[in-house]
Amino acid sequence: MSTPIIFNTLHFDQPWTLENYLKVGGYKALRKVLAEKMLPEAIIAEVKASGLRGRGGAGFPTGLKWSFMPRNYQGDKYLVCNSDEGEPGTCKDRDILRYNPHMLIEGMAIAAYTMSVKTGYNYIHGEIFEAYERMEAACEEARKAGYLGQNILGSDFEFDLHNHLGYGAYVCGEETALLESIEGKKGQPRFKPPFPATFGLYGKPTTINNTETFASIPYIINNGGQQFADLGVPNSGGIKLFSVSGHVNNPGNFEVPMGTPFKTLLEMAGGVRGGNKLKAVIPGGSSMPVLPGEIMMDLNMDFDSIQKAGSYLGTGAIIVMDETTCMVKALERLSYFYFEESCGQCTPCREGTGWLYRIVHRIEHGEGRPEDLDLLLDLCNNIAGRTICALGDAAAWPVQGFLKHYRKEFEYHIEHKRCLV
Amino acid sequence: MINIEIDGKRIETENGTTVIEAAHKAGISIPHFCYHKKLSIAANCRMCLVQVEKAPKPLPACATPVTEGMKVFTASEQAVKAQKGVMEFLLVNHPLDCPICDQGGECMLQDMSVGYGGGASRYHEEKRTVLSKDIGPLVSAEEMSRCINCTRCVRFGAEIAGQMEMGQAFRGEHAEIMTFVSGTVNSELSGNMIDLCPVGALTSKPFRYKARSWELSRRRSISAHDSLGTSLAVQTKNNHVLRVLPIENEDINECWLSDKDRFAYEGLNSAERLTKPMIKQDGKWQEVEWQVALEYAANGLRHIANGAGAEQIGALATANSTLEELYLLQKLMRGIGSDNVDFRLRQSDFSADDKQQGTPWLGMPIADISRLDSVLIVGSFLRKDHPLLAARIRQAVKKGAQANIIHSVDDDLLMKVANKTIVAPDALVAALSQVAQALDAEKNGKAQTASAGAVAIAKSLSCGGCVAVLLGNFAQQHPQAAQLQALAQQIAALSNGKFGFIGEAANSVGGYLAHATPGTKGLNAASMLATPRKAYVLLNVEAELDTANPQQAIAAMQSADLVIAMSAYKHHATSYADVLLPIAPFTETSGTFVSTEGRVQSFKGAVKPLGEARPAWKVLRVLGNLLKISGFDQDTSEAVRDEALKGVDVAAKLSNTISAIDTNAVSAAGGLQRVSDVPIYATDAVVRRSAPLQATVDAATPQAWLHSEELKKLGVQVGATVKVSQGQGSVSIAAAADDKLPRGVVRVAAGHAATAALGAMFGTITVERA
Repeated sequence: MSTPIIFNTLHFDQPWTLENYLKVGGYKALRKVLAEKMLPEAIIAEVKASGLRGRGGAGFPTGLKWSFMPRNYQGDKYLVCNSDEGEPGTCKDRDILRYNPHMLIEGMAIAAYTMSVKTGYNYIHGEIFEAYERMEAACEEARKAGYLGQNILGSDFEFDLHNHLGYGAYVCGEETALLESIEGKKGQPRFKPPFPATFGLYGKPTTINNTETFASIPYIINNGGQQFADLGVPNSGGIKLFSVSGHVNNPGNFEVPMGTPFKTLLEMAGGVRGGNKLKAVIPGGSSMPVLPGEIMMDLNMDFDSIQKAGSYLGTGAIIVMDETTCMVKALERLSYFYFEESCGQCTPCREGTGWLYRIVHRIEHGEGRPEDLDLLLDLCNNIAGRTICALGDAAAWPVQGFLKHYRKEFEYHIEHKRCLV
Repeated sequence: MINIEIDGKRIETENGTTVIEAAHKAGISIPHFCYHKKLSIAANCRMCLVQVEKAPKPLPACATPVTEGMKVFTASEQAVKAQKGVMEFLLVNHPLDCPICDQGGECMLQDMSVGYGGGASRYHEEKRTVLSKDIGPLVSAEEMSRCINCTRCVRFGAEIAGQMEMGQAFRGEHAEIMTFVSGTVNSELSGNMIDLCPVGALTSKPFRYKARSWELSRRRSISAHDSLGTSLAVQTKNNHVLRVLPIENEDINECWLSDKDRFAYEGLNSAERLTKPMIKQDGKWQEVEWQVALEYAANGLRHIANGAGAEQIGALATANSTLEELYLLQKLMRGIGSDNVDFRLRQSDFSADDKQQGTPWLGMPIADISRLDSVLIVGSFLRKDHPLLAARIRQAVKKGAQANIIHSVDDDLLMKVANKTIVAPDALVAALSQVAQALDAEKNGKAQTASAGAVAIAKSLSCGGCVAVLLGNFAQQHPQAAQLQALAQQIAALSNGKFGFIGEAANSVGGYLAHATPGTKGLNAASMLATPRKAYVLLNVEAELDTANPQQAIAAMQSADLVIAMSAYKHHATSYADVLLPIAPFTETSGTFVSTEGRVQSFKGAVKPLGEARPAWKVLRVLGNLLKISGFDQDTSEAVRDEALKGVDVAAKLSNTISAIDTNAVSAAGGLQRVSDVPIYATDAVVRRSAPLQATVDAATPQAWLHSEELKKLGVQVGATVKVSQGQGSVSIAAAADDKLPRGVVRVAAGHAATAALGAMFGTITVERA
């Protein structure tokens, strides 16, 4: 792997300081934008050319999203960073906040400049206090050094960034629930349309991007969108942080180009623990459908390859399961998560997630019934695509994925009242 | 206008409407729970999912705006599968015990499950239980396990009632609808949550398990408890009123009902009901036959008329008596030869009587309130006196209207108030005249000399849009009411607006139309009590609660030789009356109310009169016969009404125009001034006897409210008992602090037994440490 782009300060003792960030060319991109008075259209064109797609899970093209912001809107507009990283398996944004907070600040400042926004919020997941404190300190450093606040770097550009520590609800990672939460309300997704670009925070036009998305911006500005795109593969531009967890010898975050073979990534993570056989992989965070190990070993880590195989790249959180894993128990744990994290607003998710969990729980505890599996699939069809936000889908997809590839294990559990493995 | 197609039916609809609105307009029903036309869109129940051409997933009809050429299928395979899927989810944690649920038979979920539910449940897991909650005496939250979290109650509170008293706490399957930190729901509109609740989670506490909905007969009626003329459905079983519900009437009450209108019926069958005529002989009350009582009354009146003179007889009626009753009462009095009749019992200034030709009214249709751009509300306890009018103004304010307030108290109206001037009662005229002066300057380009507050109000009123000045109960009861009226007229003229009175009671307009006011020779309500008569005929009146000066009223009653009390209740009159004639409250008689907007609405009795009670119009008719007065031969209340309104063009009679009146401010009186409201559940005899209403926070025992600086001056602690005195009477009540009150006033409620020993609702009052 060549020089890291996002984790480019990791070799320092204190990678998070402004001093160290400046040593690796930090804030050069912002300087360039302001010095050259780059046109917003030109910046958006670069971001579009970079092929950067949202790193929060949905993979929406970032440049396109930025272009949705009403240009001539009179009044406040907001920029929001979604650092409410709550998808099980995902821990990449946390490490950006911890180890390279200034890159996020720089990326957000450029985005703010592009969309003429003066106020930004960084919504940080409730359980990572250290990251919040790090961000607060970094923002203070940036303010003192003139990268945030009024007249940034001597220009007439003004932008300030406020960190907001959430309370740990998974659903607040959904962008409109996140906005509700910033507004001081209960974190529940809003019905869309209207979308945040027209009716966002406090009802004002708002753009929300993931932490990693913002952190990718300085490189794109410094080196041009095309160079970033070329790092990856078509339709999946640039580099990506993958959080590899589960049954591997060396779990962690790995920064690699899009399209890197899964096999390579698994090697980087030290291979499957104890030399065990790879059984299954969830390739994009716990809500994505699981894929069997043998399929994964032939896949590259980019949006299209994973989607073709029947799952999604999501947040890039790879959960590795070896041959000792009971798939029923694994699904039980996942279903419990979505059951507990449903916000309770709309019916299919509020009532359906509990039902799913209870059935899987019964099967795991030897009380499954033969008709349970078809019932599970039918319920999934009644939840997915019927809810206000994607949490319904997130609860249904794991069930559908596990049953698609491991139905036999579930049947064995029902019949023999114990694990196959 | 855009064209869409729903289930193959071509529909032309306005841009900006939603699919469900377009469908409903075209008569196509789409199942739904959380959607309600008066509330914001929540899209949370997902019952209204429909198929939309080109959409990959079914979309909620309530939240999907129509677009040109859109094709919607509400009953396609995709749509119905989605709807049935949602229904199944709604039922997994909902108890399936409709036979023992109070909502059974009138439950949206039950009805809808017939169409979309399965024959048996596929859910075999444990069901969720949600603990019951006590949220006050009106709304039962006993069975919250039935809640489907549609949040209609939450949105109603936040959006219509103006305060979010209910909320959804916790997450996911643990989500529960509850009040904030286990408080009670205190809104004066809370009962609407019962109607809105699509399941048996929120039910009527007083009605709970009293009857099944299909056992009830339904009678149309009109509200007797405020002046809006709200359309009611009175539901009865076995000749008992068991429930009152709103009938939708967009021009008046929309689909709402105030708690007062909804729960007052509980006072109808109070143990205090007078069910037999009674006369007092040798100081003892005896039940007698009607004939005996009526002859006793007639003889008494004849005796006084022939002896002391007919002008020694006075008749007082409450403004919530029916048009027919008021008409026959005045006819009876005039037949005897007395002109002393009045229904304006809490009014203290009658100087406008010979200066206005018309009948004072709202000055505009109620529906027009919604279209106002700026409104000045003078002297009104708006939320408590006219809950639904307040709700209407609240909606107008949400749409951008400006509410301006001039009053002597600053109660929270739960809406954005643009400008307010809060002054002591004796400064009210001056405050209003400042606004007139500011408007004059604004309009005629003169230099502004008025106070900043008055200028701000004037600026709001000169917005050029729809403007109104509304005078509330307090302004009408004010000792300078005529001056306030003249100033309101002036302000309305200067701002090209309208002005009017928010009538105090159901027949505040009808009383005038019935001529239940003294002619030029007669005495008005205040004079009749200030210069005591030898005989009084009381219609629905509780002298110590319904009058402007209870002390004076009681003294007058006690000194009279004859008091004939026509009442539905056996009340304090037993201490001063000589004859008690049991009459029927509005649910037991036919009659007519003319609302504050001049709408003449007749209603029929919902049940038979209790015991031997009789409709008052019949009682008055017989009294007329016994006194051999001609013209008392009507057979029906309709005949009475037709006679009362014969040749009367009601609309033409309505007018607030008043000829010029000097608006000289009075010199400030020394000491404390009394400010009194009539609490929402103390306004009339029925309401006062409704046990659930009397258990609400709004019915708490009156306290003496003062600015905390005034309390400090008196050396009184909050909560300490103080002696409040007026004239010869005093009461001991608790002191309370309200720093939004102007200095120099003490707010003491009227219309309540605890303060009935006091004097006038306005004027000087003393407070001292008890």
